[in-house]
Amino acid sequence: MTRSDKNPSNGRNAVEVRGLVKHYGTTKALDGVDLDVREGTVLGVLGPNGAGKTTLVRCLSTLITPDSGTAYVAGYDVLRQPRQLRRKIGLTGQYASVDEKLSGFENLYMIGRLLDLSRPEAKRRAAELLERFSLTEAGKRTAFTYSGGMRRRLDLAASMIGQPAVLYLDEPTTGLDPRTRNEVWDEVKRMVGEGVTVLLTTQYMEEAEQLASELTVIDRGRIIAGGRIAELKAKIGGRTLRVRPADPAELRTMAADLDASGLTGLATATVDAENGTVLVPVQSDEQLTAIVGALAERGYGLADIATELPSLDEVFLSITGQKASAPQDADTDPTREEVAA
Amino acid sequence: MTTATNTTTAPLDAPPALKHGEADDRIGLRSHVRHTGALIRRNLLWIRNNPESMFDALLMPVVFTLLFVYVFGGSIGQSLGGGQDAYVQYVIPGMLAMMSMTIAQAVGTGFNEDFQKGIMDRFRSLPIGRASVLIAKISVELLRMLIATTVLMIVAVLVGFDIESWTGLLAAVGLSALFGFGVMWIFLTLGVTMKSAQAVQAMGFLVMMPLQFGSSIFAPTASMPGWLEAFTKYNPMSGLADAARGLMVGGPIAHGLWVTLAWSIGLTVVMAPIAIRKFTNKS
Repeated sequence: MTRSDKNPSNGRNAVEVRGLVKHYGTTKALDGVDLDVREGTVLGVLGPNGAGKTTLVRCLSTLITPDSGTAYVAGYDVLRQPRQLRRKIGLTGQYASVDEKLSGFENLYMIGRLLDLSRPEAKRRAAELLERFSLTEAGKRTAFTYSGGMRRRLDLAASMIGQPAVLYLDEPTTGLDPRTRNEVWDEVKRMVGEGVTVLLTTQYMEEAEQLASELTVIDRGRIIAGGRIAELKAKIGGRTLRVRPADPAELRTMAADLDASGLTGLATATVDAENGTVLVPVQSDEQLTAIVGALAERGYGLADIATELPSLDEVFLSITGQKASAPQDADTDPTREEVAA
Repeated sequence: MTTATNTTTAPLDAPPALKHGEADDRIGLRSHVRHTGALIRRNLLWIRNNPESMFDALLMPVVFTLLFVYVFGGSIGQSLGGGQDAYVQYVIPGMLAMMSMTIAQAVGTGFNEDFQKGIMDRFRSLPIGRASVLIAKISVELLRMLIATTVLMIVAVLVGFDIESWTGLLAAVGLSALFGFGVMWIFLTLGVTMKSAQAVQAMGFLVMMPLQFGSSIFAPTASMPGWLEAFTKYNPMSGLADAARGLMVGGPIAHGLWVTLAWSIGLTVVMAPIAIRKFTNKS
């Protein structure tokens, strides 16, 4: 986990939000949100649908005005200096906000001109960013013909034209397939490597872990937990190891053997008969290695072995003792990190 | 404010935020022109990439002119004291008036789509005057209106229309563009507030039908019932059609001209601030 360590923070906050409130009728979309993002770091804002993530991003990008509270972004007051602020921010929304009737190049060129670049500068910058996001070939076609991943990359490129100090990524990979999601993650990591401060909203624990160094958990417009990812993971429990014996008849004996071995620590191995797997909570890489070693030693044949991060629901359960407040889509389930078996 | 007691919302050693001075900057005139230019270019590229979006401007004048002239021309022409030729002279200036309103409607649907597609969020998070977006859209629609008018005049001449006064024609085109400009603010407001482009279109249709047919565009109003005739007297579509008729082929101009000017200015003064405010504050 290197990303949280290569942290060029010079100790200032690029984003500082205090007591932000936004009502829609009687619904409190934001109910007194405080958060800080240090310069050059990524803060993940994790929450279910309807938690207030998008409202937060829209307030901080001057698209809507909060009812009360203060917010400073890149040194500018969001409420009183919106125009100056807009020069410093980039926004990539949940739905790719590019003009699909224009070509990739024309999209970027137009935004360059809107950001006061001269014609040659805007052309150069557009070509540069198309190249960087591997869209040079597609640059002449209308964005309507692009795949989901290409559109998202064009959207990211559009956000980067003005060389923003702070980038908002509002659920940047929602609705993308796993391969495309990895592409987007790689791009985001590169931008962070260049010193951009990122506020990332997501429904996926895995995405937060991949990209963010700190995490804030939001529910019903309130921050319910926050801190460094490692601390938070310790609080909400680590990964779960899922082992599938080659012979399904061995499920129960395998679980009993693991409990007897003492390697499961204070937790116990549980049998998931429906899926034909044994689940063991693990706290460290050492514990994981020891368990796999013990199974091999005892001569179990393994068909599959994987670790899972806690799902959004499990995170909520451990923080609040309740299920997440909004109904979850099927695709918000934990994503599996395959471990070489 | 409500910070849950059992949580830490921020690192305890949270460093102070960097802060700049108090004032916000202003966008200069040159920047406004540059931004509007870039957005006009965008709308023109749209047309180049999607030529079918010009169908309404190119085909409607042709279809409507042919339909009205050949279906109703004979019988209405008789009541005008002539035949189909008399009707051509009557209906073409009316078509000019209708065109301005129909094209103006497109501004609303196009605008609504920009909101639905998220591109408007991108524009609104950029350091540009929000009016640039509106002005660019209106400029391109006025251009479309001129193209539609040109097509209309070509068809008109082909079906036997005599232009009595070329300066009158130019004045009539200018007047209908002015009225179209006023009407656009209504459709911009609808485009911002309605949930979908279809809703904007349906609403536009509801407003347009009575105004177009309850007017002197297609037929003289003298034979209409009293209440309808009274309505047509102050209907801006009648005003515009009558004024255009007077300017292009001769006849009374003053009443129609005043009605049209009053409506155009009135709509702009009342609706433009509403449209701009709705646009700026849309959440």
